[in-house]
Amino acid sequence: MVKVSPIDLFPAIAKTQKLYVPDGSQCSGMELHKPFKEWKADKNAPCEKVRTPKDFFFPQTENLMAFKREGKTIEVIDTREEKEDFVIFGVRACDVRSFAILDKVFLADPVDTYYKNRREHATVISWACSPEWMRETCFCQTFGIDCADPEGDVAAWFDGSFFYLEAKTEKGEMLLDRIKDVLIACDEEPVWDLKTAIYTAKKELPLAGLTTDGFTPEKMMEYFNSEKWGELSEACLGCGSCTFVCPTCQCYDIRDFDTGHGIKRFRCWDSCMYSDFTKMAHGNPRVSQLERFRQRFMHKLVYFPANNEGEFGCVGCGRCLSKCPISMNIVKVMKALKEGDNR
Amino acid sequence: MQEIMKKKALTLLADGTVTRVLGWKRGDFVYDITPAVFETAEEVETAFVYNAFCGSNLSKYLVKESRKEGKTLVFLKPCDSYSLAQLLKEHRVNREKVYVVGIECYGKADVEKIRDKKGASIIRSVREENGMLSVRGLVDADASIPLYEVLLEKCESCKSKKHPIYDELLGDEGEVVEDCNRFDLVARLEAMTPDERYEFWRGELSRCIRCNACRNVCPACTCEKCIFDNDVSGVAQKAAADSFEENMFHIIRAFHVVGRCTDCGECSRVCPQHIPLHLLNRKFIKDINELYGEYQAGADPDTRPPLVNYTLSDAEPSIVHTRGGKDNG
Amino acid sequence: MQVNTEFRPKIVAFCCNWCSYAGADLAGTNRLQYPADVKIIRVPCSCRVNPLFILRAFQRGADGVILCGCHPGDCHYTTGNYYARRRMTLLFSMLDFLGIEKERTRVEWVSAAEGAKFAATMNEFVETVTKLGENKRLEDLRCKKS
Repeated sequence: MVKVSPIDLFPAIAKTQKLYVPDGSQCSGMELHKPFKEWKADKNAPCEKVRTPKDFFFPQTENLMAFKREGKTIEVIDTREEKEDFVIFGVRACDVRSFAILDKVFLADPVDTYYKNRREHATVISWACSPEWMRETCFCQTFGIDCADPEGDVAAWFDGSFFYLEAKTEKGEMLLDRIKDVLIACDEEPVWDLKTAIYTAKKELPLAGLTTDGFTPEKMMEYFNSEKWGELSEACLGCGSCTFVCPTCQCYDIRDFDTGHGIKRFRCWDSCMYSDFTKMAHGNPRVSQLERFRQRFMHKLVYFPANNEGEFGCVGCGRCLSKCPISMNIVKVMKALKEGDNR
Repeated sequence: MQEIMKKKALTLLADGTVTRVLGWKRGDFVYDITPAVFETAEEVETAFVYNAFCGSNLSKYLVKESRKEGKTLVFLKPCDSYSLAQLLKEHRVNREKVYVVGIECYGKADVEKIRDKKGASIIRSVREENGMLSVRGLVDADASIPLYEVLLEKCESCKSKKHPIYDELLGDEGEVVEDCNRFDLVARLEAMTPDERYEFWRGELSRCIRCNACRNVCPACTCEKCIFDNDVSGVAQKAAADSFEENMFHIIRAFHVVGRCTDCGECSRVCPQHIPLHLLNRKFIKDINELYGEYQAGADPDTRPPLVNYTLSDAEPSIVHTRGGKDNG
Repeated sequence: MQVNTEFRPKIVAFCCNWCSYAGADLAGTNRLQYPADVKIIRVPCSCRVNPLFILRAFQRGADGVILCGCHPGDCHYTTGNYYARRRMTLLFSMLDFLGIEKERTRVEWVSAAEGAKFAATMNEFVETVTKLGENKRLEDLRCKKS
């Protein structure tokens, strides 16, 4: 275990690599990762979770290629920019797990080279949650995430004056090695205290008892045909807020934009809640909002784990709980489906 | 109020006046309330809720519900009933199929403001009594916060406590609020230089994630197919790919409800990125009031909406060049 | 080789078929000069112009957009230009509210007999927009030629 003061830590990292830190100051209290400028304890602490850090690897819009036509030939232009190495500091435990879930999608065969390129260039420093940032909407423990001991290349704890750092991967060790001049060796005791405080607070959260029991592949058809979907989806507006604030939603659309002098092919986030999602020549395979709504939650709770060794497509970050315009969310869906079980 | 409303719903369900009730349903926390349709007395008894967090506007659901068999009972706050009146004016809702119960409203609370006021990240419960909210967090002592200090943005400048339409009223009939000052911020922006306004709006609109929540929640946006979802419109884009897209989407979204927007403020309430979208709508309303005479959408069923009306002596578009605002530099 | 670095604005003019378009024609037959930077798009009535047309013109690289229609009272369809007048007033006011230069947009009533007015209007508008320079606040970077 090593410790380091924030005054030394950030400039040391920023000296060698591009560094992004949580910054609530530029966005009226909403957390957003911005390039590091200067450490301010009150401005650089994680605050309201809205925008997910998945943008770093899977940006909302991204140019894939361009086409130019001249006479009878079409030229295909690769618009990819080689990324330089960068460090993202202060990713929460839930969001770190979301990277692992995105990896399962984008790094599985066939590999998404755009995603892989960015992923390889990044070093992720996670930040253990503090009781002050927890919301009643947090339920990461449901998916086996330990917010007191987050994953990532390097894990960090903060006691108000020092960051305690622990390398979790080879990439993390390399990073710590690069900044070893500012690190101070120390024992683990202060971190134990911080962890105890987190566990104590976590136990008190209203969603502490929520589990994934029952969400097994065998239940697929039973849940799919559940009568509950009608009333659950009744008020759904069909907007994409839940999917766009979700750290694990990974659906995208690929579109061509006619610039007037060529074509730019880009991909952008898409939402299964939209009426034109996966629209094909014959129309949309899911014609009602009930079906679209069901797809989103079945995917996260049943289909995804069935195809990924039991890994759920949700990390319990609670963003959709606080952002849905009509307050319908995955927790209500889980409870309603389980209630149907008991009958 | 909740108990009176429940009783009303149960009575009307029991005597067959209505076949379903459109109201609000309890959630896991005190504030995560979902609009819901109740069809049995049992559902109403167990899940119906009305409290300081019932900010959502139920009017838009009537487009769907009024097409169903039988009558729908709906509880509407004053601002919601303006939206319904406007939808009726546009023939989007079948009046015969709706039983409107107007409810009095003193503003709804914003849970994020409560969080800030209490200085706690976790809200476990909120009890409401005579305009005071007693807020319980995780460990610290309960805080007592007056409702008027934590109102939703849209309630801070409430334009009217009067119901333009109802079959029955629970609570007191309110009045139009004359000094609601809802155009203050618009006027302050107008007084800035174009450069300052540009910076302000870039800062706000650049946060847009194009989730469409503002559009989908809007009671005036009831097109069967939105131009932004229509592949052949040439403007169907799923993401805010460029600053132009952000500007274009929000200008057109607001323009398409000019003269129909009742200023219910739902667009700003639901924006996950806290963009003050209602200012765009209010700018149009303010311009209409100043150029074409006072007009409040949804206030009455007969007046011609400003964009399908004209006078021979209307102002020329060049008036924009001469009105208000400082020059750059 | 001589390179022309002087800024020439791109102007889109939506012209009503029944008056302004004929006015432009008259300007031509009378050999009146107006800059070639003006690209005319013929529309059946000024009322046909949807706010999106104006925005799309800016997106595709226009530096100024002008709408020309029949004088109020002279609309071929009786009232179209009255509606257009309200619509454009509100749109231009909104663009100004967003901080986009108000001089880039304009409405002018030009009849079929006013060839001289058409030419004069265009000369003046091009001059105004040239002074403003390139449209930066309502541009779509993707449409820029690199």
